[in-house]
Amino acid sequence: MLKQCEGSHAVASAVAMCRPEVICAYPISPQTHIVEGLGEMVKSGNLAPCEFINVESEFAAMSVAIGASAAGARSYTATASQGLLFMVEAVYNASGLGLPIVMTVANRAIGAPINIWNDHSDSMSQRDCGWIQLFAENNQEALDLHIQAFRLGEELSLPVMVCMDGFILTHAYERVDIPAQEQVDSYLPAFVPRQILDPAEPVSIGAMVGPEAFTEVRYLAHAKQMQALELIPQHAAEFKQIFGRDSGGLVRPYRCEDAETIVVALGSVLGTLKDTIDEMRDAGHKVGVLGIVSFRPFPLLAVREVLKNARRVVVLEKSLAVGIGGIVATDVRMALSGLHLHGYTVIAGLGGRAITKASLHKMLERAVKDELEHLTFLDLDHNLINRHLEREKQKRRSGPMAENMLRDVGVVAARIA
Amino acid sequence: MPFQPVKFYQTGTFTVGNRLLALEQRSVQANMQRTNSLNSGHRACQGCGEALGARYAIDAAMRASNKQLIAANATGCLEVFSTPYPETSWQIPWIHSLFGNTAAVATGIAAALRVKGRREVRVIAQGGDGGTTDIGFGCLSGMFERNDDVLYICYDNEAYMNTGVQRSSATPPAARTATTMPVGPEPGNVFGQGKNVAQIAMAHNIPYVATATVADLHDLEYKVNRAMGMHGARYIHIFVPCPLGWGAASNDTIRLARLARETGLFAVYEAEHGEVTSVSKIRKRVPVEDYLKLQRRFAHLFGKTPALETIARIQAMADKNIRKFGLLEQGGQ
Ligand SMILES: Cc1ncc(C[n+]2csc(CCOP(=O)(O)OP(=O)(O)O)c2C)c(N)n1
Ligand code: SF4
Ligand SMILES: [Mg+2]
Repeated sequence: MLKQCEGSHAVASAVAMCRPEVICAYPISPQTHIVEGLGEMVKSGNLAPCEFINVESEFAAMSVAIGASAAGARSYTATASQGLLFMVEAVYNASGLGLPIVMTVANRAIGAPINIWNDHSDSMSQRDCGWIQLFAENNQEALDLHIQAFRLGEELSLPVMVCMDGFILTHAYERVDIPAQEQVDSYLPAFVPRQILDPAEPVSIGAMVGPEAFTEVRYLAHAKQMQALELIPQHAAEFKQIFGRDSGGLVRPYRCEDAETIVVALGSVLGTLKDTIDEMRDAGHKVGVLGIVSFRPFPLLAVREVLKNARRVVVLEKSLAVGIGGIVATDVRMALSGLHLHGYTVIAGLGGRAITKASLHKMLERAVKDELEHLTFLDLDHNLINRHLEREKQKRRSGPMAENMLRDVGVVAARIA
Repeated sequence: MPFQPVKFYQTGTFTVGNRLLALEQRSVQANMQRTNSLNSGHRACQGCGEALGARYAIDAAMRASNKQLIAANATGCLEVFSTPYPETSWQIPWIHSLFGNTAAVATGIAAALRVKGRREVRVIAQGGDGGTTDIGFGCLSGMFERNDDVLYICYDNEAYMNTGVQRSSATPPAARTATTMPVGPEPGNVFGQGKNVAQIAMAHNIPYVATATVADLHDLEYKVNRAMGMHGARYIHIFVPCPLGWGAASNDTIRLARLARETGLFAVYEAEHGEVTSVSKIRKRVPVEDYLKLQRRFAHLFGKTPALETIARIQAMADKNIRKFGLLEQGGQ
């Protein structure tokens, strides 16, 4: 059924159709509308049987999901930013225990300075936590990925994080095709746990494991993610059969066949990039875009396959590995081992800074001429930084840096170059 | 208390004359059919009060639930000594997730059981004093406030034992721990404000709160049984001496637990919906020295020049408990 609705609403509908049995949540922007929607469905009885638990922290949210999943219930939660960091210990625990919880991360920057707007720092901080991480490009894909996430996670006994850009997707009204319950039911079988807390067959879960087996347990987690590399395309193909559309998969190349320059990115910025690339193609540049849907497991081979004939790759990412540069870029470089390509990292959209076509054009026109710095911060205001560095030179007690820089900027609602 | 006071046999001792009681009044532990939920072969220290408390409590809960029980366990001695890989001493479905999230994990289990309509299966969360009064406190309070159908049991040995005896918020004043050494002008742990989680639990008005010690098996089993007869959030705080952490003889575990109650330092009572419904009375009150002297963690109080002032302050704490909870038996001294 086609419907014009908010991204959060689309996701809530998808999750509800997956028949979750326990939902727990703690509010944080921009995740709130998703769990509010689900809460209402449970309270009204439209989503039943299901328990909706208002917990006292994200740490508790993930912990409730752990308990519920270990007791055999299909479990779901959602968070973002500070909330994801607050639950980190339990995030690792869920994957370590092999519990197929599904969690939406409404991607948002991490403070300090506190910032509610979109970037990928939160999910990226958890890239090694053992969860599968899928990134949605638009609201339709966000909806679809949740259905695939339950299927994938439960098949592998691994938790899955569906990452969608906060506000840009969660709060955007778009037309989405909301599937019929029968379609979801035919795609997603009932949850049959591999391990369950059951008095009829008592097991101990979460025991101490020493050096004699720890490496093997960890290796198994890796091996399962490698299995996911095979399952994700299969699941996407099956999904297409039932739902009639392409969604999910490992990577999504766009106009890459003969491209000399390929931009790699994740999430909603892919839309803007495709528009930009179309215009550059019209102007005669051989450029393409490679969207990565599955960031964990990272599809090294699929990425290599797309990039191997290009001359240069520009990784545009909404995250920053302070002290080195890119996070996605580092993984992409892994995929290119032995190949000779120029590699550029572009850090963009941090803390919600708009990534405009104009800026992308400027950056890419330099890239195609190999004039781009290897690490570029898109639309960086050098003056602002220099002013602050000067202040630090002048005075030992130069004061809080973010506040100083804000004062320098003056009152602006949004910075769109 | 609804069970028969055992006074007529071996008067003056706390040995329970099971053989003189009717079958149904005998302790679960005295029953050959007890589940032994925490089975032998675990690696607790000799005389570990926590191992004893856990077996008493879980066996009683198993009987009360007709063996339909699931437990979530916090990180700590109990978790570590009971499940060294690949053995486990647990005869019940058991999960360890983290140090500070046990109450929430139990909430999740209870939610799953509710959704699945498995009303008969009951959920217990358990942890040490550190996992309860400190790091797990947020999750615990949340579980209380929502009145989730979980019985939480705290095994209080008054410090972080598993990591080598560091101070927790349940560590008593003056006690030596690895992080409150008996040095400087005020040796041992500070005299803080204390953090009485049983009282805090009562402030949540949850259906049932009780304290108990491993010295009184019948009372402990009665309280577990009583708690299991109710639904909603319930809390039992069990005083469990730790020979290793306290520097006490391993054959003094029960004695110390008894003395903690008889000095008034540990008040034993139960409460429903925020109101105390019964207290275990002290027949003959014991001075705190008798309790302190048995433990090397208080040895610095009894050196060449005894720390009389400190001992008096500890005695004052016991006296205050006795007043506050009305612990003295009528005609008791
Ligand atoms: C988040 C976290 N912090 C610290 C620890 C280390 N740690 C493990 S057990 C423990 C002490 C447990 O003390 P308590 O809860 O009182 O139980 P006990 O061992 O005394 O029975 C500590 C500090 C941990 N496992 N996790
Ligand atoms: S250190 Fe204490 S609590 Fe831990 S096993 Fe030994 S006696 Fe028991
Ligand atoms: Mg302890």
